[in-house]
Amino acid sequence: MSLVQSPLAPEQAIYRQMVLAGEGWIHEVKQGQTFRIVDLEGNQAADTLFFNAHDYSDRYSAIDTMREQGSLYLTTGTALKTIHGRTLMTIVADTCGRHDTVGGACSMESNMVRYAIEKRSMHACRQTFVQLALEWGEGLEKRDITHNVNFFMNVPVTPAGKLTFEDGVSAPGKYVEMRAEMDTLVLISNCPQLNNPCNAYNPTPVEVLIWDV
Amino acid sequence: MTTDPFVLWEESLPGGSIWSHVFKRGTAVRLTDTMGGANVSVLFYNADNFVERYNMPDTLKSQHTAHLTTGHCLYSDMGRVLASITHDSVGWHDPLVGFSNRASALAQYGEGPYQTLRNGWHTNAHDLIAVELAKYGMNERDFTASVNLFSKVVVEDSGAFRYVLDHSLAGSTVELRSDMNTLMILCTCPHPMAPGVEWAPQPVRLTIKRVPLPAADDACRLSRPENGRGFTLTERYFL
Repeated sequence: MSLVQSPLAPEQAIYRQMVLAGEGWIHEVKQGQTFRIVDLEGNQAADTLFFNAHDYSDRYSAIDTMREQGSLYLTTGTALKTIHGRTLMTIVADTCGRHDTVGGACSMESNMVRYAIEKRSMHACRQTFVQLALEWGEGLEKRDITHNVNFFMNVPVTPAGKLTFEDGVSAPGKYVEMRAEMDTLVLISNCPQLNNPCNAYNPTPVEVLIWDV
Repeated sequence: MTTDPFVLWEESLPGGSIWSHVFKRGTAVRLTDTMGGANVSVLFYNADNFVERYNMPDTLKSQHTAHLTTGHCLYSDMGRVLASITHDSVGWHDPLVGFSNRASALAQYGEGPYQTLRNGWHTNAHDLIAVELAKYGMNERDFTASVNLFSKVVVEDSGAFRYVLDHSLAGSTVELRSDMNTLMILCTCPHPMAPGVEWAPQPVRLTIKRVPLPAADDACRLSRPENGRGFTLTERYFL
């Protein structure tokens, strides 16, 4: 893993917003702007979806992003691809080292399968995703919630085809930064998961920043 | 010819084509790679409520796997089992890297117009799937990850993908049991990481049959405790 620092200073950001665990954030990032997510306390998962801001049917595709770069993990240099092969954003700095896009987002229903049927009523990312999509309007709805990026999440796959959830490679203050190549609608759920040891059963806030460069 | 009394019908699906069917709960499809080297990209939807569809991350993380074979369940985003793999002679099917599109197919295989090639023309999975989904009132917003039957992509320790050549030999078979009323979209375009510039998509044979509902000792149900809960939730849906 290679770590790449950003030259941008937080004091010069035009936008800063704390996103608490269990809450979400939806915002249009303009072409040419730079967008950063900071893992403030470490080992948090920022579940993130991206849409072409002018055509929401043209959205982030995990399978196309991985295949086009020929590898599983997202890091500096990764182009976030749409289902039409367009590049929404390019990761330009990453002090964490790698990010996941096969682990998806937690949901009430998948928690029942993964942990126990009695977990149904615990808060989950896909509740946040759908709620923010509906509040945003413009026709966004549940079927637009596709497979997301899990920034700061560590989901290693072995050559034998095994998938595991490991303690994060992230730590307090680690960040990932991307340049918007197109006007992009970004939808984040700051993961509320209380059943997974990855975050030490303690979901924590993230911060988002935007620079006009 | 088959002598299995539970076989409903059989048909062949040429390479480079699209096919779909709503497999009722209690039916199954056996796919046979008749020539070797086939790839079948399959998308799955609950036919009674299309907004419920196959979810690749939920499928992989609940079974701690990044490949699919016998005993694995294919989960919807609602925690239910759309289909399960009840038989597999291949051992590995790719759930990770999706399917071809117009640009990738053109770059790899060049122009291949219908005017000259007739039904041997060059197709791509993205366009075929979009048209097939439209027949059910869906569109590109309903795209999901595919399961690429008969294809293997290894993830190296670095994360790099490696497509495995000659993975599926002639006569290989895999069987998908439909555990709900499941719309399956099948596309036989070449795997997007298959090398070569010659357009030579391979056919498959489909055998559709009636099968029992999963019993208490069903191998897919028992393969992991998660799958036991998945089948419980699926059975409750039909109560």
